[in-house]
Amino acid sequence: MIPENVIRELREICGSKFVSCEKTDRILYSYDATRRQFLPDVVVHPADARAVSQIMKIAHTHRIPVYPRGAGSGFTGGALPVKGGMVMGMSRMNRILDIDQENLVAVVEPGVVTGAFQKAVEALGLFYPPDPASLKVSSLGGNVAECAGGPRCVKYGVTKDYVIGLEVVTPTGDLIETGGTTMKGVVGYDLTKLFCGSEGTLAVITKIILKLIPKPQAKKTMLVVFDAIDGAAKAVSAIVREKIIPATLEFMDGRTLDCLRQTAGLAMPEGAQAALIIEVDGDREFLDKQAQRILKVVDSLGVLENRVANTFEESEEIWKIRRAISPSLKKLGLEKFNEDICVPRSKLPEMIRRIEKISDQYGLPIVNFGHAGDGNIHVNIMADKADAKQMADAELAIEALFRATLALGGTMSGEHGVGIMKAPYLSLELSSQSILYMKTLKRALDPHNILNPGKIFPDDDDAHLPGEAK
Amino acid sequence: MKDLEKYRAWSQACVKCGACRATCPVFKAENTEGGVARGKITLAQAMMDGEVFAEERLVHDLSQCLLCGSCTNLCPNQVPTHEIVAAARRQVAREKGLSGFGKGVAALLTHKKSMGWMSKAGELASRLLCRQIPETSGLRLRFPVPGIPRERTFPKPSFTPFLNREIRQTVSPSTGPRVLFFTGCGINYLYPEIGECLVRLLNFTGIHVALTDEQVCCGLPALSAGAGDAVDTLAQRNFKALKPHAFDYVLTACASCHGALAGLYPTLGDDYQVFAEKTRDVMDFLMDMDLAGRLAGLPRSKAPVKATYHDPCHLRNHGLTQAPRQLLSALPQVDFVEMADAATCCGLGGTFSVHHYETSQKIGDQKAAHVAQSGAQIVATACPGCMIQLRDSLNRQNVPARVVHLLELVCRALPGQ
Repeated sequence: MIPENVIRELREICGSKFVSCEKTDRILYSYDATRRQFLPDVVVHPADARAVSQIMKIAHTHRIPVYPRGAGSGFTGGALPVKGGMVMGMSRMNRILDIDQENLVAVVEPGVVTGAFQKAVEALGLFYPPDPASLKVSSLGGNVAECAGGPRCVKYGVTKDYVIGLEVVTPTGDLIETGGTTMKGVVGYDLTKLFCGSEGTLAVITKIILKLIPKPQAKKTMLVVFDAIDGAAKAVSAIVREKIIPATLEFMDGRTLDCLRQTAGLAMPEGAQAALIIEVDGDREFLDKQAQRILKVVDSLGVLENRVANTFEESEEIWKIRRAISPSLKKLGLEKFNEDICVPRSKLPEMIRRIEKISDQYGLPIVNFGHAGDGNIHVNIMADKADAKQMADAELAIEALFRATLALGGTMSGEHGVGIMKAPYLSLELSSQSILYMKTLKRALDPHNILNPGKIFPDDDDAHLPGEAK
Repeated sequence: MKDLEKYRAWSQACVKCGACRATCPVFKAENTEGGVARGKITLAQAMMDGEVFAEERLVHDLSQCLLCGSCTNLCPNQVPTHEIVAAARRQVAREKGLSGFGKGVAALLTHKKSMGWMSKAGELASRLLCRQIPETSGLRLRFPVPGIPRERTFPKPSFTPFLNREIRQTVSPSTGPRVLFFTGCGINYLYPEIGECLVRLLNFTGIHVALTDEQVCCGLPALSAGAGDAVDTLAQRNFKALKPHAFDYVLTACASCHGALAGLYPTLGDDYQVFAEKTRDVMDFLMDMDLAGRLAGLPRSKAPVKATYHDPCHLRNHGLTQAPRQLLSALPQVDFVEMADAATCCGLGGTFSVHHYETSQKIGDQKAAHVAQSGAQIVATACPGCMIQLRDSLNRQNVPARVVHLLELVCRALPGQ
C-alpha cells in the first residue's frame, strides 16, 4: 500500500484526475498482450518530463516500484506491474514536437502512436521505417524501450537504428539527455543505445529524437509459392547473394498454408509447402527489373507459382494472405505459444528442420511464419489448453526451441524482448558474467530496484526453467 | 436477454493485444484504457469474478461505449464487445437500478402521466417532443428532454408522425413481393418525409408497402441503456405487430432499426430467427430490384452536386457498405466522392451522446473535418440517428454541407419529382 501523503503529493504533481487508486483503474492498467494480470496500487499519468522526474524522486524516496507504460501491447510483459506499486502511463505525452525536413530529424514525446507518426512524416515525403505489427496502436516510447522490429527491418534496420537522442528520467529522478540531433556524436558513452531495448528498467523515456530518411518512391509486391520449405529458405539466401535486399521478405511454412486453406479459404497450388512474400521498393523504374531478377534466381528452387502485383489492390491481395495468418491460427482453437527466435539467415533451412523435429518429438503442431529476410521466425507452438500434458510439453518444446536456436548462433528473441516471459531462460543465452555485468549496471543506476522490477532478470528465488522441478 | 456470465468464453477470447485502440472512436477522443474494448472486456471479466461491483468509475467506463462494433471488425478474434458491454450494463442496471446509464430511462414503459421534468421543459421543441413521442420510444432514451443541451441542433419533431399520415400508394397490395416497412421512431416522429420517400420509391419499382401502427421502438436505445427487460418487451410487441411470417421482407430505412431486427432479435430466441431472414435495408433491397439500372438510364445532370456517404455502424457491421455507394454513384444529379474514415462512428451511440456530450462532440468534430476535406456539399447516410449527430456536428464546425437520408436523394432523382 502506498501512504496517503504520497498519493496526495502525486495528485499535486499530476492533477488529481490523473492519479487513481480506484479498483477499476487498477484493473485497467494490470495487463498487456501477454494476458497476464498484476494489480498496481496506483495509476498515474504525468503531463511532462518535469512531472516524471518529480514522481521518480518520490518513488525513489519511498521505494515504490514504477512501471512505465506505453500502449500495453507488448508480448513479454514489459509493462506489467509484477510487484505492485505504480503504473506510469505515458499517454498524455503524445505530441510530435518537431519534424525537421532540413536535417531529417524528428523530435517526439513517448506517447505518440507509431503509425500516426509514420503518417505525419510520410505526408512530407519522409520515412520512419520500423514497422512492428502493432504499429497502429503501439507507442514510440514503447518501441524504443523494447527496440521494436518489423518486416521492413531486413532492409532498413530496427528501432535503435533510428534513435539518435533521448531525454530520460533516471530511477533516482534526474532528467538527462543523451545523443542529440546530429548524425554523428562520439562524446562519452553511447547511452542512447543502452536505453534502446532496456525494457524500461534503466530510465523513463520522456523525449525521443529520431532519424528520418526519404520515402521510397514506390514498391512492388510478389508472392512465390514453393514445393518444399527448403526451397523457400534457400531462395532467401539466393536473393541476398544476388545483392538484392528486399524491403520485406516474409515467409509462411506448410502448416501456415494448411491453416490458411482450412480457415481462410486460401487457394494454393497442390503440394505447396512454403511461400514467400517479397516486396522491393525504391525508384519506380528499377522495380520491374528487380522483380524479374528475383524471380529468375528463385526459379530453380521448386517454385510452383508466382504472382507479381501490378496495382495497389493486387499488392493488398497478397498482404491480405499474410494478415490472415493470426486470425486463422486462432480458429484452430488451440493455445498458441508465440516465440520470435532469430538465426543468421543462412541457417534458416536448418532451423526449420530442427523445429520440425521438435514438433515431432513432443507431438505438438508448430506453425512457422515471419521475417525470413533477417532470420526472425515467429514460431507458434500449439497446444490444447484443456490437456495438461500438452501444456507441459509445450513448455519443454519452448526450451528445446531456444536451445536449438542458440546452437545455430541465434537469439531467443529478435523483437519481443525478455520481460517476464523469457526471463527464466536468460542464462541459456547469456553467460553468467554477462548477466552479472548487466545486473551491476542496473544496481548502480537503480539501487533500490524500483524501475520496472522483475523484468529481464529472473528473480533468484525462482530461477529455474519452467520445465524443471522446483 | 443473455446474462453477462454467458459471455465468459467470449471475453476470454480477448487476447489483450490492444488492436481495438486503433479504431475505437471513444478511445481516440479520450485516450484512456477505460475507453477501449480491451479495457471494458477486462472490467466485465472482473464483474463476473465478483472482483468489482457497480462502483462509480466502473459505471462511467462502461457508459463510455458507442456500441458501434468497430472494435469487433478489427479484432483478431472478432470478440463482440458491444454485446459484452450491453450485458455488463444490464448487470449494473440490475444491481444499481437503471439510473446508472439512462437519465430518461426510468420513464421507459412506465406510462407515468406526470413526470417531474415535464414542467421544466419550456422550449417549444421539448413540449412538442413530449406530446408527440410516446414513452415507449427509444428517442426518449437518446434525447431525454431536459438532457438535450440548449446548443444542440435537434430536428423539430413533426406535427404528424409518419404512421398517422395518410399515405397514398400507386401500387396494389396484390402484386409483387409482400413487403412491410418497419418505420422506427426516428422516421416516424422526426423525419416522416423519409418514410414517404420510401413508399414512393417502392411504388416506383412496382411494389406495395404494408404499414402497421402497432409497431413500437426497436429497442436499441434500451439495449444501450442496459434496460434488458424493456428490450424483451419491445421485441415481443414488435413480433406481434409485424407478423413477419406473413411477409417476404421487412424493410428498414434506419440502420439502428436494421441492427435491432436483423442482429439483436435473432439472439432473443428461435422464434425470432425469422427476422434474420426477412429484414432488409431498403437500399440494399432496391439495388436487388435493379434501381441502379433504372437510374442509370436517366439523363445526367450537367451540374451535379458533390455528395459523400457516411456509413452508419449498424449497416457497416452487417457488411452493407456497397449498395448505398452504388446507389449514390448511379444518381444522375450526384457526383459521388469518398470521405476519409467514412465508416467511423458519428459519435451518437444510443444513449452515449446524452451522457458524454463532450466526447460525442469530439468524435463528431472529427467527422465534420472529414466531410469538409472531402469538399462534399451533401452528406448522405442511412440512419436518422446519424443524421441528427451529423447535422449537429457540421453546424458546430460551420461546415456548409447538407445532411440527407440517401432515400431523399434517390427520390428527388425520380422522373416527375
